[in-house]
Amino acid sequence: MSTRRFPVDWPLVIVALLLSVYGISIVYSAGQTDIPTAVARVWKLQSIWFLVALGAAYAVSRFSVRMLDWVTWPAYGLTIVLLLALVFIGKGAGTAASTKSWLAIGGVRIGQPSELAKITVVLALAKVLAAYKEPPRSLLELWKPALVVGVPWALIMLQPDLGTGIVFVGFAFAMLFWAGVSWPLLVLAASPVVSLIFAFNPMVWGAWFLLLIALVLWYKPYMYEGIFLVVMNVIFGVVSPIVWDKLAPYQQKRLLVFINPDIDRRQAGYHVIQSQIAIGSGGWFGKGFTEGTQKRLAFLPAQHTDFIFAVVGEELGFVGVTLAFSLFLLLFLRVTKIAERANDSFSSLVAFGLLASWLVHVLVNVGMTLNLMPITGIPLPFFSYGGSFMLASWLAIGILVRISAEGRGGRNGPFAV
Amino acid sequence: MSFHPNDLRRRAGVANALVVLLVVFLTTGFFRSQVIQHQKYALQSETNRLRELPMPAPRGVIYDRKGQIIADNAIGYSVSVLVQREDSLRALLQRLTGTINLANSQIEQSVRRYRRAPTRPTVIIPDATFDVVSVLEEHRAEFPGLIIESSPRRFYPDGPIVAPFVGYIGEVSENELAQPAFADYKAGQQVGKQGLEKQYESVLRGREGSQFVEVDARGRIVRQQGARADLPPEAGPPLHTNIDMDLQRYVAGIFGDSLEGGAVALDPKTGAVLALYSAPTWDANRFIGGIPQQYWDSLRTDPRRPLYNKALQGTYPPGSTFKLATTVLGLESGAVTMNDRMPIPCTGGMQFGSRYFRCWDKRGHGNVSLAGAIAKSCDVYFYQLGLKLGLSRMLAGGVSLKMNDKSGIDLPEERRPRWPEAVEYFDRRYGKSGWTQSVVLNLSIGQGENSQTILNMARFYTALATDGSAAVPEVAQTTQRREKIMNLTPEQLDQVRGALVGVVEGGTASASAIKGVQLAGKTGTSQTGKFVNGIELDHAWFVGFAPANDPKIVVAVMIEFGGHGTRSARIASSIIEAYLKVAPVMQQMADG
Repeated sequence: MSTRRFPVDWPLVIVALLLSVYGISIVYSAGQTDIPTAVARVWKLQSIWFLVALGAAYAVSRFSVRMLDWVTWPAYGLTIVLLLALVFIGKGAGTAASTKSWLAIGGVRIGQPSELAKITVVLALAKVLAAYKEPPRSLLELWKPALVVGVPWALIMLQPDLGTGIVFVGFAFAMLFWAGVSWPLLVLAASPVVSLIFAFNPMVWGAWFLLLIALVLWYKPYMYEGIFLVVMNVIFGVVSPIVWDKLAPYQQKRLLVFINPDIDRRQAGYHVIQSQIAIGSGGWFGKGFTEGTQKRLAFLPAQHTDFIFAVVGEELGFVGVTLAFSLFLLLFLRVTKIAERANDSFSSLVAFGLLASWLVHVLVNVGMTLNLMPITGIPLPFFSYGGSFMLASWLAIGILVRISAEGRGGRNGPFAV
Repeated sequence: MSFHPNDLRRRAGVANALVVLLVVFLTTGFFRSQVIQHQKYALQSETNRLRELPMPAPRGVIYDRKGQIIADNAIGYSVSVLVQREDSLRALLQRLTGTINLANSQIEQSVRRYRRAPTRPTVIIPDATFDVVSVLEEHRAEFPGLIIESSPRRFYPDGPIVAPFVGYIGEVSENELAQPAFADYKAGQQVGKQGLEKQYESVLRGREGSQFVEVDARGRIVRQQGARADLPPEAGPPLHTNIDMDLQRYVAGIFGDSLEGGAVALDPKTGAVLALYSAPTWDANRFIGGIPQQYWDSLRTDPRRPLYNKALQGTYPPGSTFKLATTVLGLESGAVTMNDRMPIPCTGGMQFGSRYFRCWDKRGHGNVSLAGAIAKSCDVYFYQLGLKLGLSRMLAGGVSLKMNDKSGIDLPEERRPRWPEAVEYFDRRYGKSGWTQSVVLNLSIGQGENSQTILNMARFYTALATDGSAAVPEVAQTTQRREKIMNLTPEQLDQVRGALVGVVEGGTASASAIKGVQLAGKTGTSQTGKFVNGIELDHAWFVGFAPANDPKIVVAVMIEFGGHGTRSARIASSIIEAYLKVAPVMQQMADG
């Protein structure tokens, strides 16, 4: 551990602090309901978690990137062990009571290992990708990254936790892009999943399939790989209806509700509709902090976790929403800068992976509150109540502070303090 | 790996562009919802949280002509509840039965009310007693959704006395709700069911107000006051009637508990209904908030039929009171004058065809003029007058005298009287050869295919009391309408009135004269076909007016199975006496 003084990336830290304070205020407001519930006290817990997370972030920022590189595999190994353990002893909680996302000892819930995995898998993938001398040009060359992400991803989907699964896919592709993998190869890699999605409409899938053939002919991958891709797409295009039947009813419902929230207004669509009403009724300036009626009268579900952004929309209006987006935008742009100026490919990939992870969270969570994205139960960084996620987010900030400090222009850069 | 700074700068540019694009995408989405579609969502949010509690409007107070109250509002209580689902309503009602008495029928009725209007508070007890309310208030914490409201309750200070014309109100029924006329009524509301309450419902009901309460997602009321400004109810405007409550009470007093029948008192010049009574009566106050089953059963099974309005719905052969119609038709057509005598003098009856038609007085009346025949109610004279008129002229005349029309009173229960409109009626009824001209004999003395309401006979006499135009009876003070129904000269009308004075002064009603007031009128005794101990129980009629030279009141009285018309004449004369003597005194008091 380095005890040397190093330049702290204050813009990053300040934006993260502002987001956290904003978030905890909203968690406080989320507890202010006309008929009090246990949510009324969670803002205190969240504040304690925030302080703990700050300490952890400071500690991590003392780790050199080389040390981080060194702990990557042990941390990854621990993550796999924990995720594997969850398959057998995982516990559900709250709105996802039937899943196995929680690690509990003696009935006390310790935390959600998948939150930790969001960081360790980024580290592991960065390490694998950084080892390549040239960017991979074929799918076969991508077997290592695929394995490193695929194993924990599969374990998380077993919980099942669709939201975290989407996050993994998101940052994996983003990091491949950052590593220099060409666009056509990324598209080809993603093609079976696209086929799966388009399989519901034969016409659309047909068009997609023709496009894919054209891309294969133009990109000219290895022959076997080309054949493999085409076969995979056919399989997924045909298999997906069968997979659909295998989906749990609640998953089917969520997807259907995404397509048309009016399907079952009182049940599954209820959440999204109430969230939309909350946000829309906020108007320009909102109903006032803690004054949101949708939240206060319990029309808004999961107002302190998945749907916390609806509270922002209802109580602080478009102005409050824009303020939150501005802070997130500053964070994201700052992190791309850190990734761009990182000292080595590993730390650059780590920074970009963490950025992609947050970006997917924000896009999916906020999009969900307005029915622009399906309901996946994915939290909003720095806002949603949850200790593990707050800790993980600040651990990421700590890592980024270190990467920023070691990067080019760190000490002498324009943002050096 | 290609981590050359140039490559990274290019990728960072792409990444930044993507990030900005995504944030713009989300911001646009929020702008659309929060700014462009704000109105829509704001309304949905308000609909979510606000529930409208109806605040019943006090019904319009009904006054008599002197400002005495006929129908008033007292303080009552209603118990209702706001629920989300039918099963939670049932569960709550089940729990309530542990605290207060709720009959199964009340529970089922509440559930039906809920189904009719699930977003409104469901009325459980529309008219709770103070005892029930105080018990519920004590247990308020156990029933959070319960709404106990004070709501105006209809009250009739003279209950049974006014019931025949004021009617009653009750909860709007499911049958009524299914009709388009009740489109703006909601389950649990009160509506006029009979009488003035029904006739003037649209005016009397006023406008229901609303109180807004805030509910949470489970429908629990979290804020009673200040969720949004209340819309106060608008009381129905007062209804001023022509009824003279002193007279109405007097009439009711005369009938008491023993007499059955009805009475109507009209102002012949304006058609104002001064009193309208049917005996036996019922208590309108006991009908408010649901009629107790026991009371309802006792009314329904009473052989004296209290629920049957004898002044409006009952139709009876008018008997000799109808002889004035025959008289008018004879004078109108020139077939007879007041002094003309008939070819056959009365010897207690006369032969017509194969049948002997008797006069009511078997001693006979001898050779009498029309005026004398009216005074003595001589049947033989009127048989011959009827024959002289002929059946078709008689029937057409009856139609022009409105003997087959409703009087047009502003009460919904009035029944149409029965009078054959043309000869074809008899052909239809008995076949072409199944009847003879003798029917005209019966019709001419008010028997046969002729049954009139007490009200319609009173209306007919308003024409005799004035210039030959009948006044449309009006209970409420509205526009006065008169209708010319007979073409007699003022002299002829004077003669008719003179003959009616003769009835009281030395005629069939000579026992009913009033000191200081000249009374004119006609008795009637109509056959009912009901015999007790071999004696036929006749309906006793009297229709008259006073003072004869300038009539201020027309009274029609009919006592069911009451014997001879002289009995009704005594009742009518005392009603008239009460009105003419009391009124001026009251007037003096009012004038100061």
